[in-house]
Amino acid sequence: MGGRILLIEDEGNIREAIGFILSRAGWEVQGHGNGATAIEAVTRTKPDMVILDIMLPGLSGFEILRALRDGAETAQLPVLMLTAKGQARDQEAAFEMGADAYLTKPFSNADLLATVARLAQARATGDRA
Amino acid sequence: MLSFDGLVAVCVLYVLILFAVAFIAEKRAAEGKARWLNSPITYTLSLSIYTTAWTFYGAVGSAVRNGLEFLTIYLGPTLVFIGWFWLLRKMVRIGRAQRITSIADMISSRYGKSGGVAALVTLLSVIGATPYIALQLQSVTLSFSVFADGGALGAPDADQTAIWVAAGLALFTIVFGTRSLDVNERHPGLVSAIALEAIVKLAAILAVGVFVVWGVADGPADMLARIEVSPINNTAWNGARWLGLTVLAGAAILCLPRMFQVLVVENTDERHLATAGWAFPLYLLLISLFVVPIAVIGLEMFGSDANPDLFVLTVPLGLGQDGLALLVFLGGFSAATSMVIVAALALSTMLSNHIIVPFWLRLTRHDDPMSGDMRRVALTARRLSIAGVLFLGYGYYRLSGGADALADIGLIAFLGVAQILPALLGGILWRGATRVGAALGIGAGFLIWLWLLLIPNIAETGGMMPAILSDGPFGLTWLSPATPLGLQATDPLLTAMVLSLGVNTLLFILGSLMSFPSPLERLQGAQFVNVYDHSQPLYGWQGATGAADDLLVMAQRILGAGRAGRLFETAAEAQGRTGGVPEPTPDFLERLERELAGSVGAATAHAMVAQIVGGASVSVRDLLAVADETAQIMEYSIQLETKSEELAQAAARLQEANAKLTALSRQKDAFLSQISHELRTPMTSIRAFSELLMQDEGIDDAARARFSRIIHDETLRLTRLLDDLLDLSVLEHGRVTLHEGETALSDVLERAVRIAGAQDGEGRLKIIRDHDSEAVTLWTDADRLTQVFINLISNAQKYCDAAHPEMVVSVRQMPGRIQVDFADNGSGIPTRQQALIFEKFARADTARGAPGAGLGLAISREIMIRLGGGLSYVPSEQGTRFRVRLPLRVRRAA
Repeated sequence: MGGRILLIEDEGNIREAIGFILSRAGWEVQGHGNGATAIEAVTRTKPDMVILDIMLPGLSGFEILRALRDGAETAQLPVLMLTAKGQARDQEAAFEMGADAYLTKPFSNADLLATVARLAQARATGDRA
Repeated sequence: MLSFDGLVAVCVLYVLILFAVAFIAEKRAAEGKARWLNSPITYTLSLSIYTTAWTFYGAVGSAVRNGLEFLTIYLGPTLVFIGWFWLLRKMVRIGRAQRITSIADMISSRYGKSGGVAALVTLLSVIGATPYIALQLQSVTLSFSVFADGGALGAPDADQTAIWVAAGLALFTIVFGTRSLDVNERHPGLVSAIALEAIVKLAAILAVGVFVVWGVADGPADMLARIEVSPINNTAWNGARWLGLTVLAGAAILCLPRMFQVLVVENTDERHLATAGWAFPLYLLLISLFVVPIAVIGLEMFGSDANPDLFVLTVPLGLGQDGLALLVFLGGFSAATSMVIVAALALSTMLSNHIIVPFWLRLTRHDDPMSGDMRRVALTARRLSIAGVLFLGYGYYRLSGGADALADIGLIAFLGVAQILPALLGGILWRGATRVGAALGIGAGFLIWLWLLLIPNIAETGGMMPAILSDGPFGLTWLSPATPLGLQATDPLLTAMVLSLGVNTLLFILGSLMSFPSPLERLQGAQFVNVYDHSQPLYGWQGATGAADDLLVMAQRILGAGRAGRLFETAAEAQGRTGGVPEPTPDFLERLERELAGSVGAATAHAMVAQIVGGASVSVRDLLAVADETAQIMEYSIQLETKSEELAQAAARLQEANAKLTALSRQKDAFLSQISHELRTPMTSIRAFSELLMQDEGIDDAARARFSRIIHDETLRLTRLLDDLLDLSVLEHGRVTLHEGETALSDVLERAVRIAGAQDGEGRLKIIRDHDSEAVTLWTDADRLTQVFINLISNAQKYCDAAHPEMVVSVRQMPGRIQVDFADNGSGIPTRQQALIFEKFARADTARGAPGAGLGLAISREIMIRLGGGLSYVPSEQGTRFRVRLPLRVRRAA
C-alpha cells in the first residue's frame, strides 16, 4: 500500500481530516482547493489516485472527472468521488462518467480507508472496479 | 218520376263516381302520369265552381224577378278575365313565387306575414261563406223535395237530407283535401272531380236550354218572339245596380277564398291562365245562354206564383222529361257540392294555418312548425276545420229554416269578401301599402258590412227585427242599418257596398300613408309589386324531367352520394321506373324534404326543394326561416366555441399552475439539495475528526487540541447555518417583529466592525470610515441593521482578493433617505454572477472554503426591505460596492 493521492476538496477542514487519515495509512496526500486548476494539478502531480469533491468553486467535480476520462494519461486513473448531496441521481451520474468509487459525506474513516484500499488493490491488479 | 229512394241511390252512385275519379287522379298524379290533369281545360273547368247552385238555379229566378240583372254576376268575372287578365296573371305568379296557400295567406304575406291580418281575413271569409254554404245545402234539399213531392216545397226529410249532404261533403273534402300537407298545397283528385262536375253542370243547363228552345218553342225565332211578349221584358233597367253588381261579381272572383284556391293555389302552369282567359268567359256565356228562355217558358207554364228558382228543374219535370230533370238535378247537385267542397277546403286551410295552428303553437310553445308532429297537428286542424265549416253552414241553414231571404245571401257574401279587394289590389300594385292600412280598411269595411247587411239579414232570416236594428243603437237612427247616415236606403246592398268599400278604401289609403312599413313588409311589398323581376314562370312540375336530376345533385351534396342514391333508387323502383331517377311526385318530394331536413333543417330543405321543383323563388319568409335555422346553428357553434375556448383557457391555467408547482418543486429540491450540502460539509469534518479522536491512536496533544477546535468551529457553523435558515424563512414568509428605536448610524457601524473583527489592527481587512458623515440619527431596528453591516464586512473579509484589502464606508444623505456604500478594493464580482448574488446559497466562485452558507446577502436584502430601505450591488470599475439605502423616517435632533 502507498502512493500519492491528489485530494481535490474546497473545504480546508475536510482536506485536513482526509489528509491526516490517509497519511497515517501510508499515503502521500496532496490537497487542492480549486476546481478550476484541478486538472492542471492532476497532470502536473501525476497522482496514483484522485479523491474528488463534486461541489467545487470554478469547475464542478463532474466536469473534472469528464476531463480526466477524456485525457489519455488520466483515463485509467482511479477516482473516488465525494459528495455532500447524497442523492442517488448524483451517484449514478458519477458512475456513468467513469468514477471508480463514490462516498457520501459524512463518511466514516473506516469506509474511506477501505474504499481507497480497494481502489489501490484494483489498480495494482490492473482490474478496475 | 223517380222515387226519393231512387234519387238517393243516383246521388250516391254519382258521388261514388266522383270519389273514383278523384282517387284515380290522385294516384296518377302521384305517379306523375296525369297529363290530362295538367291541361288548361281542367283548370278552366275547375274555375266553374264560381257558378254555384245559387246561379245554377237562381239565375232563372233572378231573370224572372229582375230581368237581365243576373247577367251582372257573369259580366263581372268576364270583364276581370278579359280586361284584368294581367292582374290574374300577377296574382298567380305571386302565389307561386311566395307559395301562397290561401287568400288570407296572400294578404298576410304581403303585409309582413301579419298574423292579425290573416286571422281577420279568415274570420271575414268564414262569416261570409257560412250563409253561402247554407244556401247550397238549401238548394240541394229543395231539389230533393221537388222530386219527392212533385214540385211542392218543404220535403219531410229536408233537414235529414241537408245533414247527410253536409256529412258526405265533409268526408269527401277531408279524404281528398287533407291527404297530406303537399309541398304545393295542390289537390289533383279534388280538382278532377270538380272538373267533372263542371261538365255535368254545363251539360245539364245546355240540355234544358236546347230542350226548351227546340222542344218547347219552335226554335230560336219562336223563342225570341215568346221573350218579346214575356213579362220579363218589362222589368225596369237599374243602371246603378247593374254597375254595382258587376263590380261586386268582379271583386268576388278575385277575393272569394274558393276562387283563390282554384285560380291560384291549384294552378299548375301559368299558361293555363291564358286559356282560361277566354275559355272561362265562354263557359259563363254558355251557362247563361238559356237562362232567359227557361225563365220565359217557366213563367208560361207555371205563372208568377211558382218558385222561379226551380224552373230549371220543374220545367222538364212538368213536361215529363224525367231523365232530363235528373240530369238537371245532378247539375244542381254538382254546382252545390263543388262549391262547398272547395270552399270548405280553402276555409279549412285558412282556419288551420292562421288561427288554429298559431294558437296551438302559442299554447304548446312548439318551435319547429315543420316537424312531423306539427304536420299531424296541422292535418288534424284542417280536418276539424272542414267539418266545422260544414257544420256552421248546416247550422245556419237550420236557423234560417230555408227561408227565401237566403236568396239574397249570395250577393251579401260577395260584398263581405269584397272587403279584401282594396288590400289585395293595393298590395299587388302599390309598394306604399302597409299592414296598418290593410288592417284598418278590412276591419272597418268588415264591420260596416256586418252591421248594414249581414246582421239585418240574419235577423230577418230568423224572423225578428230588434229595435236596435230598426231604430239604431242608443236611438241613433243614423246608425240604423235601415237608414245609415240618415240615407233612406232604397237598395241596402248598394248603399252598404258604397259605404263599406268606400270607407275601406279610404282608411286603407290613409292608414298606409300615415304608417311606416316594417322591413319585412317593405321586402314583401317589393316582391309582390315587382314579382316578375324576381321569379320564373311555372310550367308545371310534371313536365320538368330535368328537376329530378337537379334534385339528385342537390341531395348528393347534402346526404352524401350513397344515401342519396339509395333514396332515389328506392323511390324510382316504387314508381316502377328504371334508371334510378324517380318522377318528382309530391310524395317523393315530401320524403326527400324530410330526409334533407334532418341535415339542413326543415325550412332550408323546403326552400331548396321548392327552388328546384316548384320554380318558385325563395320567399322572404323562407329566407327568414333559413336564417333562423342558420342563426340557431351558429349560436350553437358559438356556444361550442366558447365552451372549448373556456376549456382551453382552463387547460392553460392548469398547465400554468402545474408549471408553477413544478418550478416550486424544483426550487424546493434544489433548496433541499443545497441545505443537505451545507449541513453535510461541516458534519463531514466533525465526524472525521471525532472518529480520529475516539480511536485515539497516536495522536499527539497538539493535534488533539486542533481537532477539537475544528469540531467546535464546525458545530458553530452548523448552528449559524440553521439560525440563518430560520431567519430567512421568517423574513420571507413570517411576521417579523422589528425593534425600532432611535439610534446613531455611527454606533451601528462601530458595533458591526467590532463584531466582524475588523477593527484597526485586527484582521487583514482595513476599514476606512468618515466619522463626520456618520453623524446621522436613525429611527430603525439597530440589531438588524448591524446584522446587515456585519454581513457586508465579513463578505469583504472573505472575498476581497486585494493584496492589502481595504473597505471604504461612505455615507451620503439625500432628501428623506440616506445611503451607505461599502466598497472594497478587490477584483469585484464577475458580471455573470452579479444577478445571482442575492439568491439563496449563492456563493462567489472565489470563495475559498468560506464558512458562510450563501444566505448572508439574501437575508440582508430581506432585512433592508423590512426596514423600508434596500440593498443593491453597484457595478463599478473596481472592487465590490454594496449600497445600503435607508429611509429617514423620523428624524430627531441628537
